[in-house]
Amino acid sequence: MGPLVPFIFSNEFSLVVALISGIGFGFALEQAGFSSTKKLVGLFYGYDFTVLKVFFTAGVSAMIGVLLLAHFGFLDISLIYVNPTFLWAALVGGAIMGLGFVIGGFCPGTSICAASIGKIDGLAFVFGSALGVIIFAEAYPFFKDIYLAENWGPVLINEQLGMSKLTFAFVLTAIAFIAFYLTHKIENKVNNRQFNFSKKKLIVYGSGISLAFILLILISITPSKNEMIAKRIQDPEIQQKTIFNEIDSDALAFEIANNYYKINVIDVRTPEAYKAYHLPMAINIPFKDLGKREWHKIFTQNLKTNYFYADEESLVKSTYLWAEYLGKSDNYILTDNSDKFKQQFSTNIKMPNGDSKHELDIYKYRKGLTDKMEVLTEALKNLSAPIKVKVVKIKGGCS
Amino acid sequence: MKSIAYMNPYLAGFILGLVLLGTIYVTGRGLGASGAVKSVALSTIAEVAPDHTANTSYLKEYSETHDGPLKDWLVWEVIGVIIGAFFSGVLAKRVGLQIEHGPKINNSLRIGTAILGGLLFGLGSQLGRGCTSGSALSGMAVMSFGGIITMLAIFGSAYAFAYFFRNLWLK
Repeated sequence: MGPLVPFIFSNEFSLVVALISGIGFGFALEQAGFSSTKKLVGLFYGYDFTVLKVFFTAGVSAMIGVLLLAHFGFLDISLIYVNPTFLWAALVGGAIMGLGFVIGGFCPGTSICAASIGKIDGLAFVFGSALGVIIFAEAYPFFKDIYLAENWGPVLINEQLGMSKLTFAFVLTAIAFIAFYLTHKIENKVNNRQFNFSKKKLIVYGSGISLAFILLILISITPSKNEMIAKRIQDPEIQQKTIFNEIDSDALAFEIANNYYKINVIDVRTPEAYKAYHLPMAINIPFKDLGKREWHKIFTQNLKTNYFYADEESLVKSTYLWAEYLGKSDNYILTDNSDKFKQQFSTNIKMPNGDSKHELDIYKYRKGLTDKMEVLTEALKNLSAPIKVKVVKIKGGCS
Repeated sequence: MKSIAYMNPYLAGFILGLVLLGTIYVTGRGLGASGAVKSVALSTIAEVAPDHTANTSYLKEYSETHDGPLKDWLVWEVIGVIIGAFFSGVLAKRVGLQIEHGPKINNSLRIGTAILGGLLFGLGSQLGRGCTSGSALSGMAVMSFGGIITMLAIFGSAYAFAYFFRNLWLK
């Protein structure tokens, strides 16, 4: 599941990806004509809308692609870098950039493209932008207030507009196609031409538009991969049919006391419940957080056996199915709830009064394990926690 | 030598979109450009004037939190941009030293305006935390509110000022 960096590829390797991405980026920009300043500023005088066409097509395709990958479970959308919103800095910075655009005829990416094919004005623009960056750095105290004002964090536009991601995607895609049509009309008018598309082109464009909407509709009518898994693991019928590996409190306590290094005891209840009481050596992975990237390894490793417990049977069974679905680990569920375990293995269990040999044996067994577990918990307080895969904050953007 | 026509804008845009999508899938982040200029420019200052860097809070913080251009993701991406653009230029026979300008102005004015425009864009991209690539394009793909309002501000302002600079570009 993506993003592959840093979980599958190292951060160093991502530099290689950067180079490859850049080659594609530069190639596409140059092919589109973005190395020509006249073509770029055409946007502002109405004679050439290439910038809008390329820009919107790229943005909409990538956006639909992101939604599609996320929908089918290939991309963890929560890990993707989203540019933070600093309202005033974005607006004022954007306005200054717009002025620079119409005076200099480039933006940073396109000026680099232009310089790459020998345009001296492109190189001059790159030089100018380095100066601009330096001026900002030197005069930072002057800009600081506006730079840091109104920090809204990484908010999404669909949240701001109060709609779902998918609705926004529909709206933006529709806007893009309307804009393509209108700019085509404007180009015709400004350039005094009567240019119409050939039949073949119309078919290609028509299929492109249809494809975009078909993909969006597909996303909206099919359940996402996460929804499907959630439905499957909570389905009572499947829960009934599955044969679970089960363990009771006595056997689990034995495992904890003697094989603690070979097992994970996993509490899937809420953090509050975990805090109030949990089994010795248990870690807490609340049911709703099962899918989080940091826990992924626990379910895919095959060195340690996982023992799940909760207070409701359906919850622990769902977790078990989920873990089975992910793959390789050996899984068990505790048939008792945490209360029962607590009663059986509390430090103040009483010696039975009667003289039944059986009861005395049980008492001895439980008492022994309780003491052992207590010693272990104390000794391994800092070691027993599983090594969390650190969720690295992905950095991005231009700053 | 006649150069080959530009690619159909929608096809080029679609390819660009796929590149962006691939980048997001692999690295979790979008494309960018101005950040690379920043990395090179500020690292150069740190190299040339270490005392000055130590005394300027912004430069100091930047050099402490960044590993230098050769470990910077965007710098490598921009090296790729140069290669990709050059390759495309060679294919389309567009490579060659040239200054492109409007019919009413001469070369030196064009270079002057290019530097001035670059300066403003560089400055604005720092304030706005990203340029057309990093903020606007990549922001649109991940539906960032900040990215999209930056985009609107860039293009809105360019349209607003276009009239005053028409002599730079039009007949």
